[in-house]
Amino acid sequence: MVYSQSPLAIGLFCFFVLFVLGLSFYLARRTSSADSYYAAGGNIHWFTNGIAFAGDYLSAASFLGICGMIATAGFDGWMYSIGYLAGWMVALFLVAEPMKRLGKYTFTDALDSKFNSKSIQLMAAISTLVVSVFYLIPQMVGAGVLVQPLLGMPHWVGVCIVGVVVTIIVATAGMASTTYVQFFKGALLLICSTILVISVLTRGLGTDPNQGDTKEYHKFQTLQAVVTNGSLQVTGYDVVAGLDSEFGEAGFVMLAQNDEKTVWHLKEAATGYELVEALYVTKMADGTKLFNGAPKEDGKFFAVGHIQEVTIDGKEVAQTGAVGPLEFLNRFKDSTVILWGKKYVKVGDSTTTIYYQKPTPGSRILRPGLKFKVDNASGLDKFNFISLMLALFCGTAALPHILIRYYTVPSQAAARKSTIVAIAAIGFFYVLTLYLGLGAMTNGVINLSDNNMSAPLLALSFGVVMFSVISSLAFATVLGTVSGLIVASAGAVAHDLMDNFFGMNMTDKGKVRAGKISAMFIGCIAIYLGIIFEGMNVSFLVGWAFAVAASANLPAILMLLFWKKTTAQGIAASIFIGLTSSLGLILVSPDMWIRYGLLPQDAPVAFNSPAAISIPASFLTLVIISLMTQKKGAMVEEGAEA
Amino acid sequence: MGHGPAVKLGKDNASAYKSKIGISMFIVYTLTYFGFVVINAVSPALMEKVYFGQTLAVLYGFFLIIFALVLAVIYNHFCTAAEARLN
Repeated sequence: MVYSQSPLAIGLFCFFVLFVLGLSFYLARRTSSADSYYAAGGNIHWFTNGIAFAGDYLSAASFLGICGMIATAGFDGWMYSIGYLAGWMVALFLVAEPMKRLGKYTFTDALDSKFNSKSIQLMAAISTLVVSVFYLIPQMVGAGVLVQPLLGMPHWVGVCIVGVVVTIIVATAGMASTTYVQFFKGALLLICSTILVISVLTRGLGTDPNQGDTKEYHKFQTLQAVVTNGSLQVTGYDVVAGLDSEFGEAGFVMLAQNDEKTVWHLKEAATGYELVEALYVTKMADGTKLFNGAPKEDGKFFAVGHIQEVTIDGKEVAQTGAVGPLEFLNRFKDSTVILWGKKYVKVGDSTTTIYYQKPTPGSRILRPGLKFKVDNASGLDKFNFISLMLALFCGTAALPHILIRYYTVPSQAAARKSTIVAIAAIGFFYVLTLYLGLGAMTNGVINLSDNNMSAPLLALSFGVVMFSVISSLAFATVLGTVSGLIVASAGAVAHDLMDNFFGMNMTDKGKVRAGKISAMFIGCIAIYLGIIFEGMNVSFLVGWAFAVAASANLPAILMLLFWKKTTAQGIAASIFIGLTSSLGLILVSPDMWIRYGLLPQDAPVAFNSPAAISIPASFLTLVIISLMTQKKGAMVEEGAEA
Repeated sequence: MGHGPAVKLGKDNASAYKSKIGISMFIVYTLTYFGFVVINAVSPALMEKVYFGQTLAVLYGFFLIIFALVLAVIYNHFCTAAEARLN
């Protein structure tokens, strides 16, 4: 798709960036001690911290990835929302208050609070770095994706802007500036998304997604074809690739009219075939891409997303008019929506990705099964699905950049209350994602070659002001989450490794300086990774970060709190096994095999989500090693009753 | 060693009680969540059935989000009361 930049979007973007930089410099004057740098002095109000939690958590993956996934896969995309939110119950009921009670700056502090063990300090710091880097890459890639429509600049510029701005935010005032940036961003994201959803509901559902009469939707055509002497005949078109071609074997044909080549989906009809218009992207041998047979700039690759049939009380209507939130879902359920399937056709050295129309009942979209294989699924498919849902459930309470936010509030009660504010804010936002995703699905705004932009493009359908605000906010989302991740990583390097593990005995000012230098160093690495991983799906690595965090960190946290026989060796071994088993299983998964250029069915393991194996393995390791080291290791003196 | 809270925390006599109700509520929510996951995995067609004008999948999804908030508020109520009573 081709985007045009608006001065308003650029102005708002510059305003956001200058605002967060100004705030950071202002707060930097109050940030001289290690407590204020790593934990914002521990005096953030619980409500502010709760919204900042939401700001931390509603990353590019939530805002861009989930909305895009719902827009193309319906309810299955929303399952991520439900899983992510459920994870907060682990944080609230089991982790929030003990974390606050035991730790100081990092979650390693909490794990190591009873032991003073070098092995825990090392393993927990490595785990923090690995999880944070996994989480950082998609955020940086997301920044690159956003900067193109927003500012008209290439991917690497977006990555560099985020990297530099965030490094300044973190290097100036650490957790204090990060917290306030997250607070403003989280609050604005909730407000603007609510306005966008109200706009979607006011527009209602209709069969002609002309974006409020502002933009004509491409009229997808259906042709009739007959077979004469074994060859396909279509009035007014030349057949470029017919029934015997690679396209024909895949169920498609390529036609030409006035030198314009189009791809059509074959459907058998009473006499001959019915041809339904499709979209296609051809990747040539030299790597160049043609969108519907032309360069991207020609704008031939149309935005999609429409309803074929809307019915109210059994009668077909063109428009529902304004609807309430429940009525929207009810009408959607009774509609027939055009979803888009994807097939690959290889001809010589070029590969063509064909996107074809799949009329689907709304009730089928509002139930699982379009993305996850759960219907007539094998045991392995079901295992894969359950494993992913387990990772989402267990991952939240084990993410280092989330856990460090418990140290910014003054008391355990404040830690608990801020978690509840976070649950309310995040739960509300995830309800909104359902409407944003379904709104994109039915308003003709989906770019099939990159569904990450569905939410901003939905905003564009309501005018450039809405688009500018939502896109700038999405960019601020990346800024906020990346700064939280860099604070967590800087804490792991400066506090856990340099100060505790290597025993460098730094002064209070030295600790702050070490944190700032670490932040700058990690910022540079993040910029580098963001550039080399261009094109990576935004939500892809986040799912893995959850799996790795849940496997490496959660068993250690929970057993430390609730099993009195836990030893330092048990914790260190469990982090090591959780980390290596989850990473190892990811590296040999079918998804990675595709990235290596190999066939997914040749991968040594047949599932993509490792959590259902690596989490139990980590728990088991902790129990076995702890039982084996009862005499050597110091046991936890006090359990949950402490 | 740099461990220990960043701010000085008073002794919390209610922590054992809070931990106990936290675990109970965690079990309740976990069972509700995994009920949702298991139905999706084992009988996805059931999720397409319509009740009160919505598919079961949508109803269950909304229920999980609202139930999370309701449990959180109840938990906070009991914890705050215990803190006032025991500290």
